[in-house]
Amino acid sequence: MNKELKIFGVVAFFTLLLYWGVEPFAHSQMHKHVEGHGFTYDGTADIAEASAEKKEAKTAFWADVKKIAALEGDAVAGEATFGMCMGCHMDGAGNMGGVIPPSLDHAGAIYDKNYLIALIKDPAMASNVDHKYADTMMHPMGSIKTMVTEPQDIANVVAYLKANKSAEPTAKEAFSEACARCHAMRYDKATQLGDTPTFKYKKDELAHEIKVIEEQDAVKAYMGKLPPDLSMIIRARSHHFMETFVENPQSQLAGTSMPRVGLNEAGYEKVEEYLSDIGDPSKPAREIAGPWVIGFMILFTILAYLWKSSLWRDLH
Amino acid sequence: MAHFDENAKPFSAQWLDERLAISTVRKVLAFEYWIPKNINFLWAMGMVLAATFGILVVSGIFLLMYYQPGVDTAFDSVNYLIMTEVGYGWLWRHVHGVGASLVFLIIYIHMFTGIYYGSYKRGREMIWLSGMLLFVLFSAEAFSGYMLPWGQMSYWAGMVITNLFSGGSLEAYGLVEWIRGDYVPGQAFLTRFFMLHVFLLPLVIIGGIVFHFATLRLPHVNNQDGEDFDFEEAAELYKAGKVKESKVIPFQPVFLSKDVFVMGIYFILFFYLVFYNFDFAMDPVNFDPADGLKTPAHIYPEWYFLWSYEILRPFSKDLGLIAFGIAQVIFLALPFLDRSPNVAPASKRGLFHIWFWLMLIDVLVLTFMGKLPPTDATFAFIGLVSAVLFFVLWIALPFITKIEKKL
Amino acid sequence: MSSRRDFMGMALGGFTALGGIGALYAMKRSWDPLPSVKAAGFTTVDLASAVENELVVEKWRGKPIFILKKPKDAESNDRDLIVEGERFHMSIGLCTHLGCIPAYKADDKKFFCACHGGEFDTSGINLPNLPPPSPLEIPPFKIDGTKLVLGEAGPEYKKMLDAGLTV
Repeated sequence: MNKELKIFGVVAFFTLLLYWGVEPFAHSQMHKHVEGHGFTYDGTADIAEASAEKKEAKTAFWADVKKIAALEGDAVAGEATFGMCMGCHMDGAGNMGGVIPPSLDHAGAIYDKNYLIALIKDPAMASNVDHKYADTMMHPMGSIKTMVTEPQDIANVVAYLKANKSAEPTAKEAFSEACARCHAMRYDKATQLGDTPTFKYKKDELAHEIKVIEEQDAVKAYMGKLPPDLSMIIRARSHHFMETFVENPQSQLAGTSMPRVGLNEAGYEKVEEYLSDIGDPSKPAREIAGPWVIGFMILFTILAYLWKSSLWRDLH
Repeated sequence: MAHFDENAKPFSAQWLDERLAISTVRKVLAFEYWIPKNINFLWAMGMVLAATFGILVVSGIFLLMYYQPGVDTAFDSVNYLIMTEVGYGWLWRHVHGVGASLVFLIIYIHMFTGIYYGSYKRGREMIWLSGMLLFVLFSAEAFSGYMLPWGQMSYWAGMVITNLFSGGSLEAYGLVEWIRGDYVPGQAFLTRFFMLHVFLLPLVIIGGIVFHFATLRLPHVNNQDGEDFDFEEAAELYKAGKVKESKVIPFQPVFLSKDVFVMGIYFILFFYLVFYNFDFAMDPVNFDPADGLKTPAHIYPEWYFLWSYEILRPFSKDLGLIAFGIAQVIFLALPFLDRSPNVAPASKRGLFHIWFWLMLIDVLVLTFMGKLPPTDATFAFIGLVSAVLFFVLWIALPFITKIEKKL
Repeated sequence: MSSRRDFMGMALGGFTALGGIGALYAMKRSWDPLPSVKAAGFTTVDLASAVENELVVEKWRGKPIFILKKPKDAESNDRDLIVEGERFHMSIGLCTHLGCIPAYKADDKKFFCACHGGEFDTSGINLPNLPPPSPLEIPPFKIDGTKLVLGEAGPEYKKMLDAGLTV
């Protein structure tokens, strides 16, 4: 008996060592370590990773953002300015310069305040894709820089969003506002154009398909490549990668054209919930069945042990 | 001609016995199939493997009913249809994935048990050879199955492994294209590996398992001390009721009861992994659909192929291929390279004891290095040393066993 | 001793069988029609543009559905659907004899099955002394304005079912 336990110890040791070597150890060596920053946006990482000639501009930019964040915003005054936003961010908007302007219905709830301020000040800088533009005015939303210039106006419109557009979104709403203008989700029958309706006639189906391809071509022209479908992303990337990537895409994939979207923690959790619902739908069933099956095997093992010892008792 | 009792009731025990020799079969295969008493739980690995293979077959059958072997449909049929739509489809898939990984863990434990206790010589050579044949078949089965979800890892593993057949400087790209049925892994490749995975290889594996069992029957199972004794005499003692004095036990129910207990413990681990830690067996990268225009940042085989993959990597193309080829078959030669007549646990065999642990650790280190990116100089060096050590150990084996003292 | 052995062996066997039943349940569920198949089990047909005495064939759950705006002179029947004051015959277009699809002969105002010569009138009633044993079956339906939702049991359908006019 003691000998068996000793042998078991040796086998278990080598098995665990093997596991450690090919899983935790290998992964720690394969992936660069990126520190998360809790979905807050103050530009620290941007300044740190910026090239020498951009460092100064970035430092100044985020210092300005900090100043505006300290101002008292007037939500009522912000409503008028928000009207300007609605010129593009409206229902049924078409593609503008590469993407369809996303709905802002829950912007106050899912995006970080500092980020929203930065975005209005300079969209390319805020989303950390300024490397793509010689002049950040060329960003599809670049013109906002000349439309809302006064720090107090920026503070007001952000206050308006935080006060009036902050109802809790469903998981799907959060995803479609923050991600779905670029990323399709085919396992939820959604494309860059939103949910795909069901068609009775093949002709209508194909016509819709062509519209989707046209939209995807426009996104592709803007992004350099078509952003991937995210149906399975929750299983294809680790939890930590997803978090830090969404916080700052450049940190994990330097030079990527994916903009930082500025989700706050609650907003990210909603998006992740949706990705998990679609990409890992068996999770609830798995969690229910798991304890039952393992409990069964434990009882089975106890019964097998009793049977074995009743048979082996007289042998020695 | 055997005697048939006209009055026997159809399908009664006597009736069946006269036609199928049921009682003789039960005797030979179960109640009087004698197993040494002096064994530990490692002797249950054979039945654990058989059970795991059974589970792979059953889960595979349910996956097969919904899987679609087309380059445009395979990925979605696995990840959407099976995982989302089919009732308990996710369970079959996780069981199949985890089972495929664990079957190799148990095969390796089974193999190293055999090496440690010297269970490959003095009449047991065919057991070893048939077992190694099964290892090769399981490797082919695992590889062909890995192609089927048609994710990034499937595609690129298919690309890299089929390229091995170009034979280095021989540049036999015609052969590679023939194996793929295309310039790159495509529809023809997927369908032929699908056929291999669900039909031809399982068929051959089942034959191999039967053969492996058959090779055991005459030389009998080895025991913890490598002791050679008269099985018939021991069996007579057992049958006479002197079970304490006898060195054997019958397969059924005594040996089986211990097997079942060990299986119970194994399946606790198995299902823990199925429900709570399945990622290790289903690489996240393979959840990205196959893309022939984009290689993943890190590519590596499943863990059970890493040691031989690492033997390929540190050398130049031709030398690497030759080393890889030798590593694949060298274990087959073990009964003939071990020149010592001793059948005993390694702990009693002097230098061979050291050889055993060095070999085990070397294979582990190769496995670790095999997954790491080739860019790190330290790891590449460790990999090279381990690969060289692997061959040094094999070259040394005949010499150190030759000078081994006879026990 | 031996009885204790037997008992433990049997307890283990019984417990294993319990696990086997669990596995069988999972296997049974794996063979159930998929949710997408069930969700696709509803078809909506607009009857507004139907032409009198002209058969429309729709597909519902993989089967042909006959929809016939009854000619004015055709007999009325309790199996008729009244949609916006118009009378329709609607049924699964499979002969109740052996499942072939009958053709509609507009001139004779009856359905004729080429396989074994079965015939049905414009209400889907099988004509006497021919192979089909019963009238064409009416699938679950719901009337919604001029639209017909197949697969959903509306009050008109339930009434027919209760009256034994279809199975």
